[in-house]
Amino acid sequence: MSSSPVEHRFGPYGGRYVPETLVPALDELEAAWVQARSDPGYERELSGLLRDYAGRPTPLYLAPRISEEVGRTVYFKREDLMHTGSHKLNNALGQCLLARRMGKKRIIAETGAGQHGVATATCCALFDLECVVYMGTEDVRRQKPNVERMELLGAKVVGVEAGARTLKEAVSEAIRDWVTNVGDSHYVIGSAVGPAPYPAIVRDLQRVLGDEARAQVIDHAGRLPDRVIACVGGGSNAIGTFCAFVADTEVEIIGVEAAGDGIDSGRHGAPLATGARGILHGSMSAVLQDEDGQILEAHSISAGLDYPGSGPQLAHLRDEGRVRFEAVTDEEAVVAFKKVCRLEGIVPALESSHAVAWLLANPGGELDVLTLSGRGDKDLAEVLSR
Amino acid sequence: MPYLMGGYPDIDTSRASVLAAVEAGADLVELGIPFSDPLADGPVIHAAATAALDAGVTLSEVLALCESVAGEVPVVLMVYANPVLAHGAEHFVRRAAGAGAAGIIVPDLPHDEAGAVREACTAQGVALVPLVAPTSSDHRVEEIARDAQGFVYAVSLTGTTGERAELPRELERTVGRVKGATELPVAVGFGVSTGEHARRVADVADGVIVGSRVVRAAGEGGAPAVHRLVGELAEALAA
Repeated sequence: MSSSPVEHRFGPYGGRYVPETLVPALDELEAAWVQARSDPGYERELSGLLRDYAGRPTPLYLAPRISEEVGRTVYFKREDLMHTGSHKLNNALGQCLLARRMGKKRIIAETGAGQHGVATATCCALFDLECVVYMGTEDVRRQKPNVERMELLGAKVVGVEAGARTLKEAVSEAIRDWVTNVGDSHYVIGSAVGPAPYPAIVRDLQRVLGDEARAQVIDHAGRLPDRVIACVGGGSNAIGTFCAFVADTEVEIIGVEAAGDGIDSGRHGAPLATGARGILHGSMSAVLQDEDGQILEAHSISAGLDYPGSGPQLAHLRDEGRVRFEAVTDEEAVVAFKKVCRLEGIVPALESSHAVAWLLANPGGELDVLTLSGRGDKDLAEVLSR
Repeated sequence: MPYLMGGYPDIDTSRASVLAAVEAGADLVELGIPFSDPLADGPVIHAAATAALDAGVTLSEVLALCESVAGEVPVVLMVYANPVLAHGAEHFVRRAAGAGAAGIIVPDLPHDEAGAVREACTAQGVALVPLVAPTSSDHRVEEIARDAQGFVYAVSLTGTTGERAELPRELERTVGRVKGATELPVAVGFGVSTGEHARRVADVADGVIVGSRVVRAAGEGGAPAVHRLVGELAEALAA
């Protein structure tokens, strides 16, 4: 991996806006990460697990019927085929290995859709670590199968009742746990958000999917894509995908956020498309907030996109004009969800369905690569109830 | 030094509670500006902030409350980083100074991120009171103390705010490390909830900050309950 310094800032974004208690722990984490990423032993163990345990590389799949429908070539990067059902395991494996190196016996995680919680609970079972997962009670309701999965894996799932009872409150509660138990616990944050060094660590652990996709598309199609598309909640599958293509200036890069009930309704999860600069969960980025700087509740049918903040590096790539952010409503995402089921025989996560919905509605170029970040088994009840 | 949440349970009760605390012997009042995502706070202060925001309390109202009591007692505003930086540090600090605040405490703005806010505070004559934690290295304690204004806030424990049955053993050591690094007064908060705690803190530190216990009193019994509690704490310290 890289030997460059760990970024604390991406343009004006990022930083470490956390209680003083955590600053030494962030320094410790950064030092451990710098050491691990240059240690061939760590690299070897992680890539071995990604291959033999998680199922990497995941395929880049030419989706024939979607391609026919839109009249251009569409490839799906199949993160839904990873062990545990999403890209989240890339990061959870890397961070849990890191925690073990640091001698931490207890793992804290937050989860929205439950995918990161399941991935972390899985790693904790594998490495014999204690695991506590914070999850908003609204998400516990709508992602029930993942809660049961985490408990089967031996994790303790703690329901969070505050606020809208979704991902934002789960992250806050996980951070409070970490402030309290910082000595023996590592916080495995699930997205490319949070105080430095987290956004850089999560990106580095997720870029395996983008690097694979780039090599695979060149191998399959003999060229780079015209467009690369991924959904964005906090943005870990997006930044993991995008960073492999950022230097390819001819490739257009699009991040798709949740428009919820519609951007104009105010009930959405699209801070990058609409939000102002603000601080949430330890870093400065695009944030949904009011005049007084109070963080607003996000809204999305998809628990993984139901978040008023976003990764700081994505905000910077937006300002630089390198990545464009669009948003798709709940309704459009559900239509796309069903379409992928019927046309390709793939049940996609509602999160990924947002990216598909944008792709279906927006012609352009001849070759698209879309990251299908996870599978949708967890979403059946939510989709069927509509 | 009691902490009260601005606008909790409502603006009038919170003003009356500040004045009651002063009458009962408070030397300084920390006034919380309610925030949607208070990462450093435990359940009591978090719930009070949520209740205030749900009732529609705004930043302007809390600053007006500050202004109305600042003649009676030094007021230090406890405010999270996002409201401070939403319109730029200078804008916020100018408003705080206009409301008569003696200082501000920003619990999620560690030393390394505080540059712009500190500059604005220096320019406006408002103290930026930094926090030191038990986990801060000696080197960090020195850096933090060097740039401190007003006083240094020593966090007694690793954790969020909230009442505790006992204070941690490392308390004296933490305070000692801060005292060794600065001539400024050192106040201790987080977890301090009884007269006995207050006495133990006062043995080593210059100020005793009681937050969640006072906020709970304000919620349960309004100004009279705050008066009674602060009176008891002051008495314990005088004994």
